[in-house]
Amino acid sequence: MIEKTSLAGKARSFLFNNMVMLVFLGFVIFGFAVAETFTASSFTNDIMTRFFRNGLLVLALIIPVMAGLGLNFGIVVGALAGMLALIFIRYHYAVLHGFPALMLAFLVATPIAILFGFLTGKLYNKTKGQEMIASLIVSFFAEGVYGLFVLFGIGGLIPVRPGHRMMNPGTDIGVRGAFELGLPAEELTQAVRGAAADEYPGMARTLNLLWRIEFVYALAVIAVAMFLFLIIRRLIMRRNSALALTVNEPLWAFIVKSVLCGAVVAFAFYSSGVIYYWYNVLHNTPDIDRLDLLPGISTFAVEISRINQVPVVTSLVIGAIALFIVYFSKTKLGQDCRSVGQSQPIANVSGINVDRTRIIATIFSTVLAAWGMIIYLHDIGHVATYTIHRNIGFFSVAAILVGGATAARASVKNAIVGLFLFHAMFIVSPHVGLFLFDDGNAGEYMRTFLVYGVIGLSLGLYVWKNLKVARDKESLATMMNKIGKNKQVATNDNANRGGP
Amino acid sequence: MSEKVTENVSFLSLIRKIPFSTRAVGLFYIAVVITGVVVGWPFGMLISSSLHLFGVWAILTLANVPSIQSGTGPNFALPIGIVSGLLAMVLILAMNVMGWMFMLLSTILAIILGSIAGFFYGRLMNAVKGSEMAIAPYTGFAITAIFGLVWLTLPIDHPNMLFFLGDGLRHQIPLDYFNANFILANLLQFEIAGVTVRTGELIVVFVACALMWLFFRTKTGIAISAVGRSPMFAKAAGINVNRSRIIANMISTAVAAVGIVVYAQGFGFVQLYDFPMFFAFPAIAGILVGGASGQRARVMNVIVGAFLFQGLLALALPVFTRVLADTDVGGVVNQIRMIVQNGIILYALALMARGAKQ
Repeated sequence: MIEKTSLAGKARSFLFNNMVMLVFLGFVIFGFAVAETFTASSFTNDIMTRFFRNGLLVLALIIPVMAGLGLNFGIVVGALAGMLALIFIRYHYAVLHGFPALMLAFLVATPIAILFGFLTGKLYNKTKGQEMIASLIVSFFAEGVYGLFVLFGIGGLIPVRPGHRMMNPGTDIGVRGAFELGLPAEELTQAVRGAAADEYPGMARTLNLLWRIEFVYALAVIAVAMFLFLIIRRLIMRRNSALALTVNEPLWAFIVKSVLCGAVVAFAFYSSGVIYYWYNVLHNTPDIDRLDLLPGISTFAVEISRINQVPVVTSLVIGAIALFIVYFSKTKLGQDCRSVGQSQPIANVSGINVDRTRIIATIFSTVLAAWGMIIYLHDIGHVATYTIHRNIGFFSVAAILVGGATAARASVKNAIVGLFLFHAMFIVSPHVGLFLFDDGNAGEYMRTFLVYGVIGLSLGLYVWKNLKVARDKESLATMMNKIGKNKQVATNDNANRGGP
Repeated sequence: MSEKVTENVSFLSLIRKIPFSTRAVGLFYIAVVITGVVVGWPFGMLISSSLHLFGVWAILTLANVPSIQSGTGPNFALPIGIVSGLLAMVLILAMNVMGWMFMLLSTILAIILGSIAGFFYGRLMNAVKGSEMAIAPYTGFAITAIFGLVWLTLPIDHPNMLFFLGDGLRHQIPLDYFNANFILANLLQFEIAGVTVRTGELIVVFVACALMWLFFRTKTGIAISAVGRSPMFAKAAGINVNRSRIIANMISTAVAAVGIVVYAQGFGFVQLYDFPMFFAFPAIAGILVGGASGQRARVMNVIVGAFLFQGLLALALPVFTRVLADTDVGGVVNQIRMIVQNGIILYALALMARGAKQ
């Protein structure tokens, strides 16, 4: 935005444009420095869990931004659709259980989410220009409708089986305040099975448990894939100069990225070798049954061994959705979304049905949010029926903003960077609170402040920058523009009259 | 015969003139009152509890008038004013000031702190002109959260204000230790036909409303209204737009700060930490129910809206407890509150968008 050729100017504009991200990075690094009870493996495990848990919810925000709807706090509406599906499935648990039940939950959630998304989209069309606040309020409104339905409608209006475990005990009106998705077959130990003999295997973490691989292997696979992607892109860029212009990657950047990929692969192989060696030692030492008790083992080996396995299927689902969003932005519909996002009058003139495009974008977002919520809850395994959706919107929006998104531009890259950085903040903030204020609660308030502060700051900076640009342009040219715009609005109204 | 017909028509047109939000919530309120009487609650008691919530919420609702009139929109950052008021009360209580002196001093300090906070908030709102409503709520949330840290770390060692164990102020500081609970409510309180009238509280509310009404008849007030109606026109007329908007937000924030002092005495507690987080939304719904829009608000809207909306919430719990047996009534009422409150705000947003189109 601020074009300056001098190095200082460049540095300043970089700092200014990435302020939010840098503040977060500083906070996380500070947290690392002051935290006392903190190991590399526990941090990696925490952040991995949170990444796979929240990934889809954050990705759900991208398409509405593309269509000019801003950051869709209304993903809570989608999340509620997912929760309704889970309640339905859990109620009929005797019919279907375990992993198939989870799949059915995705299936059941989809039509509900499409309906909710359609209605939300309609509402956004009625509140054009104020979508950001409308989406916040609609999430509260939807919470009320959902709450009334689940608390009174189920059992009060829809008849239920008396004494069902999902219902409030005694009255059979309203779903319990919290319910479990049930332990998966893999985690049901003999003891638990014995205690509840008639218990079916649950659906918690079933998707994650389908196929898991060691963390270091996953690291190697990702690094190799990244490297292949870089090379293929480089090759295409040679022939396609348009792509070369948009990517704009100098040779040194390519080399640095490739070397980084290579380093990751080397690290993965080295650490897997170390682990392999120590497991052999453990196998041959009969009187020791834990890796970290072995004499002479390095902390590095212990830490690596403590990192959890990576859920392959969940990461494939998240990756597929991310690829779909990239692909979607290149389709006709995606291009329509973009032109609506850039300028509704121009999109209208070029024959795009603005309202319809906006509704479709909202439906996409809502459906992704519903699936995302199911993944989120299936990983936690415990559903607080009336409260767990409350922070979904705030946290997801804050995450993507930390990743460098704005109200008008968001990409998969923003989502991924944001997920890591935001959740790193979440993990370290109790430690920072303890260090600075000597109080466990302080971390909680600091965390809340950072969530809301980051949303307010990013949105505020974005609006402020735009206003500044507008002020800079304030001249005869804008006056002319305004006259032109008024004419366009007049033609739009005529065009709208013919539409549905 | 013909006379009757015209009378009917004029009555209908009168009803039609009442804004939709007022009509809908008003009818709901009347329905709840009738149901309440049918299920056996004394009419006086129902009106008393409506008046009680009206008294504590009216000034917080009033805080929206200047911000709406100045074109900033409803004050979604009401928690900023509220934490200013809470800070004022905490500071005065820490000096062990009691009774009427506490009310007086904390009101004055609340106005001062609220004005200072409102000045900075107004500057922020000027920096993000056109997207005020999108940014204001998060400003309010963030300030509430950061004050969570302030309450934890304020160097106050009054035994009645601290946690029993550990450091930091309590979540609820009971005002009865300081002889200040219900101090306004009990002043000149009387009962008439079973209705308890908390006179002191109502006097304060009506004085605040009258002052606001008068303010919008002064030169500054008229300038603020002009800015809200058309910034371009106001600028052409020589009004300093940014300055007017800052003044309006200062008043709004200061009124909210006073509002929480009245609220605290009305319930007998000073509530800290997460308590102010979502306070803006009921206050905004209140003024919208009274017939205000996103661009125009009058003092009358506050009085009508706060009574109907808060009255509805006050009555829903006792009435529904008798109507819906075997349910978690508290939960149901809370969900109804969410639906009514946010439905009203959404409706106003839709009206605003329609207004912008025309």
